[in-house]
Amino acid sequence: MKLFRFSSPATFYPLAGKMIPWFAVLAAVTFLVGLYWGFFETPDRLGGTNPQKEYYRIIFIHVPAAWMSMWIYLVLAAYSAIGLVFNTRLSFMMANAAAPTGALFTFLALWTGAFWGRPSWGTWWDWDPRLTSELILFFLYVGYLALHSAIDDSRRADKASALLAIVGLVMIPVIFWSINCPDPNQCAALHQRSSMSNMEPNILWSMLIMTFALWMYSFAAIFMRIRGIILEREADTTWVRELVVAGQR
Amino acid sequence: MWRIFTCILGRDIRLAMRRRTDVLTTLFFFLIVVSLFPLGVGTEKQVLRTLGPGVVWVAALLASMLALERLFAADHEDGTLEQMLLTPQPLPILVLAKVAAHWVLTGLPLAVIAPLICLQYHLPETPRLAMMLALLVGTPILSLIGAIGAALTLGLRGGGILLSLLILPLYIPVLVYGAGAVTVSSIDFADTQPYFSLLGAFLLLALIFSPLATAAALRISLE
Repeated sequence: MKLFRFSSPATFYPLAGKMIPWFAVLAAVTFLVGLYWGFFETPDRLGGTNPQKEYYRIIFIHVPAAWMSMWIYLVLAAYSAIGLVFNTRLSFMMANAAAPTGALFTFLALWTGAFWGRPSWGTWWDWDPRLTSELILFFLYVGYLALHSAIDDSRRADKASALLAIVGLVMIPVIFWSINCPDPNQCAALHQRSSMSNMEPNILWSMLIMTFALWMYSFAAIFMRIRGIILEREADTTWVRELVVAGQR
Repeated sequence: MWRIFTCILGRDIRLAMRRRTDVLTTLFFFLIVVSLFPLGVGTEKQVLRTLGPGVVWVAALLASMLALERLFAADHEDGTLEQMLLTPQPLPILVLAKVAAHWVLTGLPLAVIAPLICLQYHLPETPRLAMMLALLVGTPILSLIGAIGAALTLGLRGGGILLSLLILPLYIPVLVYGAGAVTVSSIDFADTQPYFSLLGAFLLLALIFSPLATAAALRISLE
């Protein structure tokens, strides 16, 4: 099967090495385009009666970071599930490599959220459901990383943290829902109206470009991290030794 | 299957009764945490009334989490747990029995003394009753979710503090609706119905899925 050729660490290692520069360049270019668009091609004010001034532009970092943090948790849980089902080493390594990047994005979203909250709400922190959900997601990432690093045996560490990631994924909708709707007497409608529809297309586009940039950055960062993990785990194998010998020459 | 369930349940309770301090420490921990808050935030009646439900619930969360460490630890040390994994009986049933015993020894006493403790926060009779009911429905969920974490952190260095990191975020829905029910009950007890429905739904889901996840976690930890 050609499809599973790259599910072996030995074949994935060089592939990841070749792909990193592409993703890194793509990330840098889209990042610059997105930021330029966001800063110079969008209106200076947002909203009608009480407009947000220049500070609203932090959404070009804040929202993509928040989206990516949630997406990466999904990816992490998916790789964990694949790893538990098929018992493939690379899937666990992928989940491990993704976790720090996801945690970084939750932190970024919280940080920029505080920066945005200060001028617009007049406070660094508010128990806004979205901000609180992001905080809880940050805790879930930290729990995952803590459990993985607390177990010395890498097989057990992989499987235990994978199970935790899946339990977390099952609980996330319940947790987010309970934060969004602490009073069930007042939550008749399950669906919130999306704020996307009445957003200016220019702003939406630069936000999407920034999301793409952060996504490409995640690929580059995760592949760099997974190369490190592969070398560490496979240090006893012949192909790594040959690689080391070739590197020394 | 029912026999093996009652057998493990009876064994765990009997073992705990031989060493009652373990049960009492959890209870006193709960009492102390709840009593410390008024000393910290001031003893004004209105403040305590609004804080009461949340504080008592958080204390219950912490108390039941602290006791989780002991859920599998003793059996793990003397090898009983490995024997349990080798028995032909379904592991989720064994786990469920152990969790049930854990709840009888920690959650149930908390729920029983909660109305008494709520007096410290000047809560009227209806919220005190609601607190007891909410804890009765909520603490089994805490034990069930916590069991997964306890199984994952089995035999690790600093397992207790790690366990809190893994499990406390997952306790949030129970905390939100448990404390919410008590707060709402001080206005009209009929309004608490959706809260109890939600807690009941969580309990049923946890009853089905948690023993399976815990059994899987035990197999990973003792592989």
